[in-house]
Amino acid sequence: MSVAKRIVIEPVTRVEGHGKVVILLDENQKVIQARLHIVEFRGFERFIQGRPFWEVPVLVQRLCGICPVSHHLAGAKAMDRIVGGENLTPTAEKVRRLMHYGQIYQSHAVHFFHLCSPDLLFGFDADVAIRNVIGVAGKYPDLAVQAVLMRKYGQEIIKATAGKKIHGTGAIPGGVNKNLPLAERDVLLKDLDQQIAWSKGAVKIAKDYTVQNLARLAPFGSFDSNHLSLVRADGAMDLYDGNLRAIDAQGEVIFDQVDYQRYVDFIAEEVRDWSYMKFPFIRSIGPEKGWYRVGPLARLNTASFIDTPLAEAERKEFIRVTSGKPNNVTMAYHWARMIEILHAIEKIQALLNDKDLQGTDLVVKGQRREVGIGLIEAPRGTLFHHYKVDENDQVVSANLIVSTTNNNEPMNRAVAKVAQDHLQGVEITEGLLNYVEVAIRAYDPCLSCATHALGQMPLEVTVVDHQGQILDRKSRG
Amino acid sequence: MNRTTDKILLFGYGNPGRGDDGLGPALAAAIEALGMSGVAVDANYQLNVEDASEIGGYAAVVFADAAARGPSPFWFSLVDDSAVGRVGWTSHSLTPAEVVALARDMFGSKVPAYVLGIRGYDFGELDETLSPPAQDNLAKAVAFVRKALVEREFERYVRDFGYTTAGPNNGSPTWKA
Repeated sequence: MSVAKRIVIEPVTRVEGHGKVVILLDENQKVIQARLHIVEFRGFERFIQGRPFWEVPVLVQRLCGICPVSHHLAGAKAMDRIVGGENLTPTAEKVRRLMHYGQIYQSHAVHFFHLCSPDLLFGFDADVAIRNVIGVAGKYPDLAVQAVLMRKYGQEIIKATAGKKIHGTGAIPGGVNKNLPLAERDVLLKDLDQQIAWSKGAVKIAKDYTVQNLARLAPFGSFDSNHLSLVRADGAMDLYDGNLRAIDAQGEVIFDQVDYQRYVDFIAEEVRDWSYMKFPFIRSIGPEKGWYRVGPLARLNTASFIDTPLAEAERKEFIRVTSGKPNNVTMAYHWARMIEILHAIEKIQALLNDKDLQGTDLVVKGQRREVGIGLIEAPRGTLFHHYKVDENDQVVSANLIVSTTNNNEPMNRAVAKVAQDHLQGVEITEGLLNYVEVAIRAYDPCLSCATHALGQMPLEVTVVDHQGQILDRKSRG
Repeated sequence: MNRTTDKILLFGYGNPGRGDDGLGPALAAAIEALGMSGVAVDANYQLNVEDASEIGGYAAVVFADAAARGPSPFWFSLVDDSAVGRVGWTSHSLTPAEVVALARDMFGSKVPAYVLGIRGYDFGELDETLSPPAQDNLAKAVAFVRKALVEREFERYVRDFGYTTAGPNNGSPTWKA
């Protein structure tokens, strides 16, 4: 197989961090592969080795400025195992869950309204000068304000449960360091009805758009895949804890109710020489066909039901579109994400009215262990934290599989599909650039948990041939 | 949002686990420790959309971030939101100009806003320490901000310390001194 040209798109706009896309063409200018290059956080092992285990829940927040709460909770869950405190007190578990649903809520809100909605409201082909958050604020000001206030509400929940924005300390090994006082709870309850109403409206926007445009959206960056997530023992969606379930594109179970302390028996990671990021796959199927999707779409597909009534009603509508089979439409991520936002606010409502949040039994400890594994369903998908701690209480090794890594192969597939369908010749048109971005944005990837120092990372599009010669270069932003 | 206080908001942002990217929060922590009256301090990993709903209530806002370009030890520029309208390449986080523009468009804010870019040098692997030259720059920036938040002569600081050729996104027209 010969590769005639490479088309490089760098970085992808409106996704986090720094990534570039390389589209490989053969000598007939047909797309043969797409590679989304992602610069993951580097030096994590060295960063964490030798640190006392109780610092882990705070230290891991440094990994990502976008989702520090997810790392905080996954790290804390792993450390629960180290101290033998995985059976949390009701207060500790509910405070953590409230923190997590607040994170899901604010993250999904900002993604949908400020990253995705410009594509939906103005169209994929609209001028980038208006197809952005400022454009939404100008043409749909009520929607933009609503999104900000939804995001803010989620952040207030996080602040009440985790503490400071940069040094969140709420979750500690074996529990939490504070409950939720009534005064703080009452502040959050005050806005709850409005938040529920807005969440219902958000689902309607995503649903109506998806259903009305299904003919166009169904093939867009889409493909059959396996799906993986945590589910509760009864099969319900559970974003904080549960066991692993994997299904194939037709809905057949690959494995179910797997204790995630044994995840290495079921999930492996492939290294490819062109990427810093690994490619996870299901061991029993192998790397060629064992890759899977995670995140809202996967969770809607794997869950047997949702245990909150409004979101469950929406889930039933969601699965009706595919006659009960898994939904493999990439753009359906947005609809699934909004069903989850409704689920999250329903969970928040139930928790805020639960007196256990004011309990005072906050921490448990049990038999000390050497190995701790913590999984959580982060906004972007399943997040794995795996640590080994020595007898001196120091971390000696660590392995993370972040949500975006789990979606590595699917994102590459999505880009390849879009390129195959829309690339004409070798020129990177504005239209193609838009389509690539739209496909990747559906996954809401966190590309590198990157720094955001002033003056870094311009948007640049480059075309080079197989020998590295630049054929074209475009910049945006 | 109309102005509700005479306080100035100092907002330091960046990731303290990314080497010199932590300059903004480090400055915020140093100023907060001084307990200055007339000053509110906030810090986060990055600027977010909800910040747009907050800034309008202040007399002025100073965003403090690490700067990968520009003069040492720091530069000080006016945030000009008039040209914001292009696509942002990331929007789980925003630039100061985008926050100010959203505050203007969504909440009617007219708050004057400035950016303090503290020159950093090492933005590589995970590391919770600032490089030695960044620590020097931080000390000078703290001394400057401490004085500036009392004097409040921001337009003069822009003239004295402005940086025109490389704001965020490499000299975007949304920035001027």
